[in-house]
Amino acid sequence: MRRERRHVVATEKLGPYTMLHVDRGGLDPGVPGQFFMLEAPGRLLPRPMSLCLAPRGELAFLIDPIGPGTRALCRLERGDALTILGPLGNGFRLDVERPLLVGGGIGVAPLPYLAEALEHPRVVLGFRSDWHAQAAALLPRAEVCVEPRLVTELIEPGYDVLACGPEPMLEAVRGQAPAAQLAWEAPMACGFGACYGCAIEIEGVLKRLCVEGPVLCFS
Amino acid sequence: MRGRTGPLLLLNASGCLDALTAPEVAATLDGFVTKTVTPLPRDGNAPVRIAETDVGMLNSIGLANPGIDRFVTTHLPQLAKLELPIWVSVGGFAADEYAELCSRLDDHAEVAAIELNVSCPNVASPAESVAQIVASACLATRKPVWAKLSPAVPDVTDVARAAQEAGADGLSLVNTMRGLKLDDRTLRSALEPGAGGLSGPALRPIALAAVHACFLATGLPIVGMGGVQCGRDALDLIAAGARHVALGTVLFADPQAPMRIRAQLAGELAARGYADVDDAYAVTHRESLSTTTTK
Repeated sequence: MRRERRHVVATEKLGPYTMLHVDRGGLDPGVPGQFFMLEAPGRLLPRPMSLCLAPRGELAFLIDPIGPGTRALCRLERGDALTILGPLGNGFRLDVERPLLVGGGIGVAPLPYLAEALEHPRVVLGFRSDWHAQAAALLPRAEVCVEPRLVTELIEPGYDVLACGPEPMLEAVRGQAPAAQLAWEAPMACGFGACYGCAIEIEGVLKRLCVEGPVLCFS
Repeated sequence: MRGRTGPLLLLNASGCLDALTAPEVAATLDGFVTKTVTPLPRDGNAPVRIAETDVGMLNSIGLANPGIDRFVTTHLPQLAKLELPIWVSVGGFAADEYAELCSRLDDHAEVAAIELNVSCPNVASPAESVAQIVASACLATRKPVWAKLSPAVPDVTDVARAAQEAGADGLSLVNTMRGLKLDDRTLRSALEPGAGGLSGPALRPIALAAVHACFLATGLPIVGMGGVQCGRDALDLIAAGARHVALGTVLFADPQAPMRIRAQLAGELAARGYADVDDAYAVTHRESLSTTTTK
């Protein structure tokens, strides 16, 4: 668990989202699906973000400005400093034979780095609007659908599914592919098992996402 | 000076660190305070359990813990390997449950102290008064017993005096206070259980007032906690009468806070010409105490 003060080297808009590039320093990019705690300027608590891309010497995070912390992160400019802790949690297992990556909305975030590690598998993405779907540019070969069409309609049997997206999408994916590896999300204060805040309830069992997840597999 | 009990200990506030998942953070403290242990295992409250506010953080974890049996057989031996003084926080729903918990810990040499959590804002309160709980606990153990109190009472010194008369060796001040946040979009509670315990900077002046008043009222040693973010905040608590200082919410954002705050505190003391922490201890009260003495 390493914590460093790093600097923004570039930002880029993708529809409503912002891609934040920071210099990597001594931070390890970790395994796809792992996450980092990013200091949100002016806020008390950092925000958990999975790594989107690991260009040489950089770490890149895709951020959806949905609250005060993520909006503060999206306002950062080149040269601004922020403290980053990570990599944290358990990422995706990469020992899969026929991978299919499934992303919904901001759940696309960990998939570009994952797609690199799996040498560009099949990817399906779903977004709520064409504007949000601009993030699909991160995965140029992906099949993309926009609501009312749902990404789960693009899942065919026979694949090892690795998915990230909103909870209803993950539950639907699990219905279709019970062995899927699913990356979950929850409000998180610390990211390293201290606060017990990120527990999510799955089949009546509470799991601390930061240390038992965020990628969980149920079979 | 009243209330001296050895050197300053920098601790974590109960529930703000898991020494088994982050031993490297625990190693930077002078002692580790466990998450509250209850007689039976508890899953805790349904998520969503935490939310940030503009001035602090709300939590409603609901005392998730393995229960005293598994704590003693599994967790305590692992914690002992950290070679840190272990303070065990205990919580129950009746005075006899606190007594039973204290009795179960009494023979474990690795337990340095027991903190009675009589003030969790996220579970039902024990029916008996703090005095009864403290008295029952003190009868059940030879360990030092610290009572962790809530500031959300008309006068915290009434509760502090009652705890002292019942035999408490020290006070932990303060626990979180109940607060509520509404979701931006739905205007429903951001936390599933409704309200949660407010911690962080919002709590700091409240904690400082409680430490200040309870030091004067009891002279008991105090672990001061509530919104400490930097060395100056720790110094304030010490000056108001805290013998020890515990870090809570700050550990979530900055696991290196113990080292940083220790260094900042040394700088704050030096800048004011204090030789050490003892020199600044309860300095807020020195004039009033000496006035009292000369009367």
